[in-house]
Amino acid sequence: MDKALVLGLYRDMLEIRRFEEVAQRCYAEGLIGGFLHLYIGQEGVAVGAISAAEPADYIVATYREHGHYLARTHDLRGAMAELFGRATGCSKGRGGSMHLFRAEQRFLGGHAIVGGHVPLAAGVAFASKYRSEKDVTLCFFGDGSANMGAFHEGLCLASLWKLPVVFICENNLYAMGTPLYKTLAVEDVSTRALGYPMARETVNGDDVMEVREAVRVAVRRAREESLPTLLEAKTYRFRGHSISDPGKYRSKEELEFWKQRDPISTLASRILGLGMATEAMLKDLDAEVRREVEDAVTFARESPEPDPDTLYDYVYAEDKGGEP
Amino acid sequence: MTRQIPFRQALREAMSEEMERDERVFLMGEEVGAYQGAYKVSQGMLERFGERRVVDTPIAETGFAGVGVGAAMVGLRPIIEFMTFNFSLVAFDQLVNNAAKLRLMSGGQFTLPIVFRGPGGAAHQLGAQHSQCTEPFYCNIPGLKVVMPSNPRDAKGLLKSAIRDDNPVIFIESEMLYGTKGEVPEEEYAIPLGRADVVRPGTDLTIVAWSKMQHLVALALPALEAEGIDAEVIDPRTLRPLDEETILASVRKTNRLLIVEEGWAACGVGAHIAWLAQSRAFDHLDAPIARVTSEEVPMPFAANLEKAVLPSVEKVLAAARRVLGRPAQGASGGARPGTHRSGASRSGG
Repeated sequence: MDKALVLGLYRDMLEIRRFEEVAQRCYAEGLIGGFLHLYIGQEGVAVGAISAAEPADYIVATYREHGHYLARTHDLRGAMAELFGRATGCSKGRGGSMHLFRAEQRFLGGHAIVGGHVPLAAGVAFASKYRSEKDVTLCFFGDGSANMGAFHEGLCLASLWKLPVVFICENNLYAMGTPLYKTLAVEDVSTRALGYPMARETVNGDDVMEVREAVRVAVRRAREESLPTLLEAKTYRFRGHSISDPGKYRSKEELEFWKQRDPISTLASRILGLGMATEAMLKDLDAEVRREVEDAVTFARESPEPDPDTLYDYVYAEDKGGEP
Repeated sequence: MTRQIPFRQALREAMSEEMERDERVFLMGEEVGAYQGAYKVSQGMLERFGERRVVDTPIAETGFAGVGVGAAMVGLRPIIEFMTFNFSLVAFDQLVNNAAKLRLMSGGQFTLPIVFRGPGGAAHQLGAQHSQCTEPFYCNIPGLKVVMPSNPRDAKGLLKSAIRDDNPVIFIESEMLYGTKGEVPEEEYAIPLGRADVVRPGTDLTIVAWSKMQHLVALALPALEAEGIDAEVIDPRTLRPLDEETILASVRKTNRLLIVEEGWAACGVGAHIAWLAQSRAFDHLDAPIARVTSEEVPMPFAANLEKAVLPSVEKVLAAARRVLGRPAQGASGGARPGTHRSGASRSGG
């Protein structure tokens, strides 16, 4: 394993983990309002997948997208300020936790209607193909999306039109609070790929390297053959569906079982085992990441709220009166 | 130079001209290509532009409307055709939650230059699921523009502007109008969105109507004239953003307002126009504002019942007389205008 690569992936996951832990604290302190869907436990998927894409490849994600946003942009300040609803947020305080956007880095949200962004992602890939550009679109969603009509229609069209898109299902075993066996008639979401059809694979989402390798293959298939893939990453979220969900529908034993597979601590063990770093080095790294996250909090706290005079900004693009 | 061409040809010319001038524009929808358009609006376009730019889709409105939104987000300018706007309801989430909101939610980082177009409203005996006006749904949504042309000239000029607009535009046509002919200039032109047309100047009464209700009003005009009523007829053409000033200026002149719309009364577009008039021209109004709408029932199939539901010349005349304080004349042909039998009032009474 490439040491710089592995340490980089480790740091990316840690950045997301620490960011969200602090976001949870800020929420409890009343500094953040609205919904807050934490990604803690699933970091291996976003980091592994996005590391396998080129910077010009598009990313379309769900409302549980802090991890994906940070994996692509590392914009801790813009993300935290957005959670705080500040003018300096990455969506200028108009989006919030569920709607993080950064056009210049091709991060296309942040979508909060389950499954609704799947055809949209197919459309982004359609545009790449239309323009004969080689960019690939990565579309993330949860197992809950797999039962939505929009999911089926998006995959149906992606296969029919051979669109360069990688659909990545983060199967965390619960659609909100309802376990998978009550919501899904197939064991693996990736089975659904058979009917469209498209290439498929199910991987261990808690192994960042395994996710990375699978996405690398799928991205190459999209870029070189203009073909879609349905990837399923089995993972687990350690927190509730949202901040208001204590997750009582899950046993302590179940949670403990999955925490043994924590993508961050398992990778730390591998790093130490392979002698890529010492415990002291990982501790220093953690301290550095924590400092950066605290800096983001300070930035968010000190940032102004959006100016009420700008309330009507961004509703419509400028009217050109029929002129090109 | 002008010539007489049908509505559907005017639409086809608008799309074709814009596709010629801008490589980013493409047409997508059910039957738009090989079938030449369910209503032949896109006839010949597949041959002219090829499969890349005239894209036939499966029956998957959520899917292809969403594809349009995604493509627009990254700079293409899709024209998404709904075979009828009744089917847009299957894609409602894409239009309302995605197309209308992505610009604001991203703090202005994305523009959505996309047109959703197709026929709306009733035709002849198509039943409840194919005979409804969807414009009130879309007019309620900030972030969308809503256009409803009534004649070929406007249809072409407005569709060209809609395609060039950087916002999502809901462009609702009418099956009943596709074959109607009208004068359309030979030369290049576009009609800006958000500007009403004063179709007929007058002094006694302002009548606001759009899409095929303009034709209904035109049929009523000779009878109004015979009764010495000089009506000013306004076609808003764009329902959102509404050309408020043109409507208000007319109301301030005539002091009376009648709104004729094919949709249902409750929370309809006409309800908004009436609110606008009473809030900004209250002192100018000499009579309560009247509306002619469809009856508050899902459209029944039987021809006589359908006729009873829809606005008619008789209903327009009766409403005009009422606004002018004139006695009703003869039979009004079915349900009385202005007496909307809403579920609420029925259950309450």
